[in-house]
Amino acid sequence: MNAASRRGEPVEARVADGDPRPKGPGHKESRHKAVLEGPDIRRALTRIAHEILERTKGGDDVVLLGIQTRGVTLARRLADLLERVEGRPVPCGSLDATMYRDDLRMKPARALGRTELPAGGVDDRIVVLVDDVLFSGRTVRAALDALGDLGRPRAVQLAVLVDRGHRQLPIRADYVGKNLPTSMRETVKVMLAENDGRDAVLLGPADGRPRHAEGRHG
Amino acid sequence: MTRHLISAADLSKDDALLVLDTAEELARVAHQSIKKLPTLRGRTVVNLFFEDSTRTRISFEAAAKRLSADVINFSAKGSSVSKGESLKDTALTLEAMGADCVVIRHSASGAPHRLATWVRGSVVNAGDGTHEHPTQALLDAFTMRRRLGSLEGRRVTIVGDVLHSRVARSNVLLLGTLGADVTLVAPPTLLPVAVDTWPCSVSYDLDAVLPKSDVVMMLRVQRERMNAAYFPTVREYSRRYGLDADRLARLPDHAIVMHPGPMNRGVEIAAEVADSPRSTVVEQVANGVSARMAVLYLLLGGSEPAIGKEVAPR
Repeated sequence: MNAASRRGEPVEARVADGDPRPKGPGHKESRHKAVLEGPDIRRALTRIAHEILERTKGGDDVVLLGIQTRGVTLARRLADLLERVEGRPVPCGSLDATMYRDDLRMKPARALGRTELPAGGVDDRIVVLVDDVLFSGRTVRAALDALGDLGRPRAVQLAVLVDRGHRQLPIRADYVGKNLPTSMRETVKVMLAENDGRDAVLLGPADGRPRHAEGRHG
Repeated sequence: MTRHLISAADLSKDDALLVLDTAEELARVAHQSIKKLPTLRGRTVVNLFFEDSTRTRISFEAAAKRLSADVINFSAKGSSVSKGESLKDTALTLEAMGADCVVIRHSASGAPHRLATWVRGSVVNAGDGTHEHPTQALLDAFTMRRRLGSLEGRRVTIVGDVLHSRVARSNVLLLGTLGADVTLVAPPTLLPVAVDTWPCSVSYDLDAVLPKSDVVMMLRVQRERMNAAYFPTVREYSRRYGLDADRLARLPDHAIVMHPGPMNRGVEIAAEVADSPRSTVVEQVANGVSARMAVLYLLLGGSEPAIGKEVAPR
């Protein structure tokens, strides 16, 4: 993945041209409405990067931790943006909170993602957790518990690309790309070039049963 | 639906790779500041050991505890078994205590299979007689994969007492599933009768096989099972089938030496080989905890087991 496509530029070009785009498996384009396209996502991330620098006064002790899977991609993009503004690398890692989820026993045991801390660890740092969609808040709860076993950050903040509401826990995001009012029955799918071949946030129609945020996104 | 891990053949290739991938992630827990995951809180794992074992029992215990399960250790010595209690009655006692998983080691081949028909929890075979020891095969495969990358097409030579070895049988089955080529090397007296039906080749000449091996796995000469004259003297066995420094030099540069332990230094493996950087003996012990954590998580972590095989009740 080169830096340009990580910024979403080729995708943006293709959207502008109206070319056929690579589609993920089982992705029903017609029933899904794109609420954010590549350029919107890029602008949202750029704004979040500046907000992080503002709130952390230059981002000296910031460590970005992406929540598997798409949060990791977003954390890497944010790290690139922060580096470009500040001119020095920002530590970036990944966090898999599967083993800490409260819905583990509702489904067969699932495969695990990678948890990888940057070399300096998280002790005494300002950790910014990064995820794609904030929904029930349960994933973030699990991630906070996982983080507690990895070290003791000075502070933990949360950055999400989309906040779709319907929180089930007292959790809020510090940085939000887009607030997206949804009904419980709708689906929100974030696609990123690195994972899915294109950048987009898709709002899907009700699929018949109310979603209780038991899926990946919480 | 209850599934069990009784034979290495219970694992499909996808299952086996899932266990290895999961073990790879869980191995990282050992480097965390808090070496514990909350995943199996409130689940009970019973270690039911009818045969002596240190490393396997401790390894299962460590694995279960790192996943926050409650562990009950049961060893035949000092239990009602020495008063004549049958396996079935012992099993029903454990059942009444609410065991979610029973890890069993028994001197009788087939005991774990029988146990699986009596209990509701998942049964994990931790070694039954001369039959199988699937988690040992998983940790061996995990060790090979960490050292050599993929197992596809890798040549693995297993040397020694195949006849009495549950480690050899489980490894042959699992490595076959994972696409490795296995060669057994042993004196004819220490090979099982039906070895020609196993998915592997057989040789009697260690020196010819060594230069073509990516992995050499030395098996323990099991003196406690040697009640017949399988070979003339220990010294002759050691000369023909032992791994010493000269033989080590015949291996390709990348090849590794494995041993399931406990080792008979000077018999099947020379001390200098056991302590060489190409020996993975100590790694195997550490990897054992990760592999067993993966098995326990995949059997007990979700609403139903993600790996293993069902056993029809009788």
